[in-house]
Amino acid sequence: MNAPFRLTRRQFLIRSLSTGAGLTLALYLPGCGREAESGAAGPGQAGERVAPAAEFEPNAFVRILPDDRVEVVMKHLEMGQGTFTGLATLVAEELDADWSQIVPVPAPADPERYNNLQWGKLQGTGGSTAIANAYTQMRQAGATARHMLVQAAAAEWGVPAAEIQVSKGMLSHADSGRTARFGELAAAAADQPVPDEVLLKEPEEFSLIGTFLPRLDNAAKLDGSAAYTQDIQLSDMRVAVVAHPPRFGAKVKGFDAAAAKQVKGVTEVLEIPTGVAVLAADTWSAIKGREALQVQWDESGAFRMSSEEILADYRDKARGEAAVARSEGDAAGVLENASTRLTAAMHMPYLAHAAMEPLNCVMQLTDDGCEVWNGEQFQTVDQQNVAKVLGLKPEQVKINMLYAGGSFGRRANPHSDYLVETAHIVRAAQERGPVKLVWTREDDMLGGYYRPFYYHELEAGLDGEGMPLAWRHRIVGQSIMAGTVMEGGMVKDGVDATSVEGAANLPYAIPNLEVDLVTTELPVTVQWWRSVGSTHTAFAVETFIDRLARAAGRDPVDYRRGLLKDHPRHLGVLELAAEKAGWGRPLPEGRARGVAVHESFNSYVAEVAEVSVGDNGRINVERVVIAVDCGVAVNPDNIRAQMEGGMAFGLAAALMSEITLEDGLVVQSNFDGYEVLAIDRMPEVEVYIVPSTEPPTGVGEPATPVIAPAVANALSVLTGQDFDRLPLRLAV
Amino acid sequence: MIKLTVNGESHSLDVDPDMPLLWALRDVLGLTGTKYGCGIARCGACYVHMDGHSLPSCVTPVSAAEGKAITTIEGVDSDTAHAVRTAWAELNVVQCGYCQSGQIMSAIDLLGRNPDPDDADINDAMQGNLCRCNTYARIRQAIRQAAASLRAQGGEA
Repeated sequence: MNAPFRLTRRQFLIRSLSTGAGLTLALYLPGCGREAESGAAGPGQAGERVAPAAEFEPNAFVRILPDDRVEVVMKHLEMGQGTFTGLATLVAEELDADWSQIVPVPAPADPERYNNLQWGKLQGTGGSTAIANAYTQMRQAGATARHMLVQAAAAEWGVPAAEIQVSKGMLSHADSGRTARFGELAAAAADQPVPDEVLLKEPEEFSLIGTFLPRLDNAAKLDGSAAYTQDIQLSDMRVAVVAHPPRFGAKVKGFDAAAAKQVKGVTEVLEIPTGVAVLAADTWSAIKGREALQVQWDESGAFRMSSEEILADYRDKARGEAAVARSEGDAAGVLENASTRLTAAMHMPYLAHAAMEPLNCVMQLTDDGCEVWNGEQFQTVDQQNVAKVLGLKPEQVKINMLYAGGSFGRRANPHSDYLVETAHIVRAAQERGPVKLVWTREDDMLGGYYRPFYYHELEAGLDGEGMPLAWRHRIVGQSIMAGTVMEGGMVKDGVDATSVEGAANLPYAIPNLEVDLVTTELPVTVQWWRSVGSTHTAFAVETFIDRLARAAGRDPVDYRRGLLKDHPRHLGVLELAAEKAGWGRPLPEGRARGVAVHESFNSYVAEVAEVSVGDNGRINVERVVIAVDCGVAVNPDNIRAQMEGGMAFGLAAALMSEITLEDGLVVQSNFDGYEVLAIDRMPEVEVYIVPSTEPPTGVGEPATPVIAPAVANALSVLTGQDFDRLPLRLAV
Repeated sequence: MIKLTVNGESHSLDVDPDMPLLWALRDVLGLTGTKYGCGIARCGACYVHMDGHSLPSCVTPVSAAEGKAITTIEGVDSDTAHAVRTAWAELNVVQCGYCQSGQIMSAIDLLGRNPDPDDADINDAMQGNLCRCNTYARIRQAIRQAAASLRAQGGEA
């Protein structure tokens, strides 16, 4: 999957490929007709179905090979979320290709052609945007290719284009009996003018969208042949392992490399800004070399707080000044006079992403810049940051996008931390050969860029019927966006949008409302983690609304129903999940249900958890029913997979995962300390998708934040306790 | 020199006898389907078969593999392996895929010992194989499906 290729920008071209059989032709199709030749318009150009091609920058997503393969160029990273399959579905649908002829090909880094359309001139994968931003673009690319194939067939067969049928990779003309495979017409289609506009299908015409399709990456991931960064082996490549400071804010004072250099296979020991790198012929020798390395750390500026001290500090800071994220009515005044007042204070720990593939990167200086091999999630930012270190222009940083063994946000680092580290090693190295940076699991888990630690305070006032009149929500924590290139766009008036998302956009109809934020600064590095702000806000909001319902003596589904009248999509998933879960029906002794509903990334998810507590005090989540509204369901099976897996990712954080600090040292360094979900804790899961014709929205993240509050709410029913922290702990 | 038999082929390796089998397979023999995940036998990404049974190659010194038959994801090929891969593909089990070599090696081992595992057997056998994409529900289903197809084949034979 990592076969390199280049596409010439702003050109529609025929490229010669030399194969064993001789000269063959390939067809590149830009998904847009900006350079379209005149008179090339497609049929039926009026009406809503015409996609305005001129909205898009020139790009190239489809390549039809003479052997009938249809290569679909992937601008987004496949890190498990099913993007390759999803993007290819869109192309294949409009192209009327056969699914078996589709081959995914990773795109080169290019912010002009392969940018994320929701992010401006920036290529990258995240925020559950892949299908959402590329839905029309990829369909248009497929439709453009189909149109040109049809025109080519019409010319060759001397029949009207309108009489040509296309189905499963075959063109046919009924009256003449002529047929042709895509590959047979590739060369002729390449001579056809690119249409200005193309006709896209109506949903009822879909034959692939909405159906079950096998993932395109199944085969390679079942026989060990799928290439991840960790698997790249280049000739003369050295493996680098870096000794990092044990505390945030510490740096290298000095080091003794003598013993490390005695280790067989070690080639170099280099000081770099982030520590001391040991380079060796293989991974094991590099690890052993680092074990032998003696480093003295300058800890004069080191961070030495514990998690308990951070919590105490955040409680103090919650008494101070806050920046307002949303304010309606007079929350403070109404709370003062409310007959019933409820308050809560909650905290959530730092969390590591802990993808199965620890961080790594391969880099090599070349005659015209540098070449990178990486599970690449943030092309444009990484090009800029790597170029800065190496004194190159961003476009001189050539990136080969490989599969990523998970990421959950970590591989899209605004500072390109591990790529920049690799660049420093490459720059410092004596020899020009390629270097593979390998972070061990310990490096990965101790290395920061965590979901931030947060502290929340909530307060609500109820009327005589128990309905909320006022709601106040204060959030205390570090900003993910501060100090990054996104700060200007994402931090307004002291409010980092990612700190308050899921809280500031509270859907419940409450007349007096205030949500504010105290942003803290600590040297512990932080980053987005699957579902970002919602990872903590959904827990705070959805457990607190349940407390209100209990205080009102109301059923939590019914209570929410009354407050969601203006939010039909929230309501839709809530009703669907409740119905499918058998809400209100009796459960076996010792079991209880809890519910939560939450929107993130414009997708709506409700989850009902059935929970029991074991004799050993263990929280058992027995069954989870999930309802999701993500617009058009492009790949229903993948939506289900992302709901199952995304929910369980959040369940680990609800039940067990936390990064804690003692005297500034991270306590958990591997899976023996940082617990994650294993198969024995995986509940039975049912997923229901709300039928929709709305544009599709993402599914990688939105299931994650909903489970912790659903489980906590079930536990409250079961035990009578309120839950103020994650991971959840039962009072003994 | 360490003499290894991997996927039926003999190799002589000039490596430290303490080098974990994982790194010998990956860095020396170029068999990169076996993955590094934790280095302490807590995640299962590195599972290979030694004389037919799965074990974590990240804590197995290469010297301990001498004289044994090592099978990796690249080489595992049997009716059981075929049934497991087929079920995995039919159910779209994989997501990122990084842990799946290990999952498949454990599942094949399980089905070799137990032709009709229930969920408790599956949980027990697969507990050492972490998946951060949390494909567990489908893994359970795929193992049951593979077991059923193998039993059906056995019935026909």
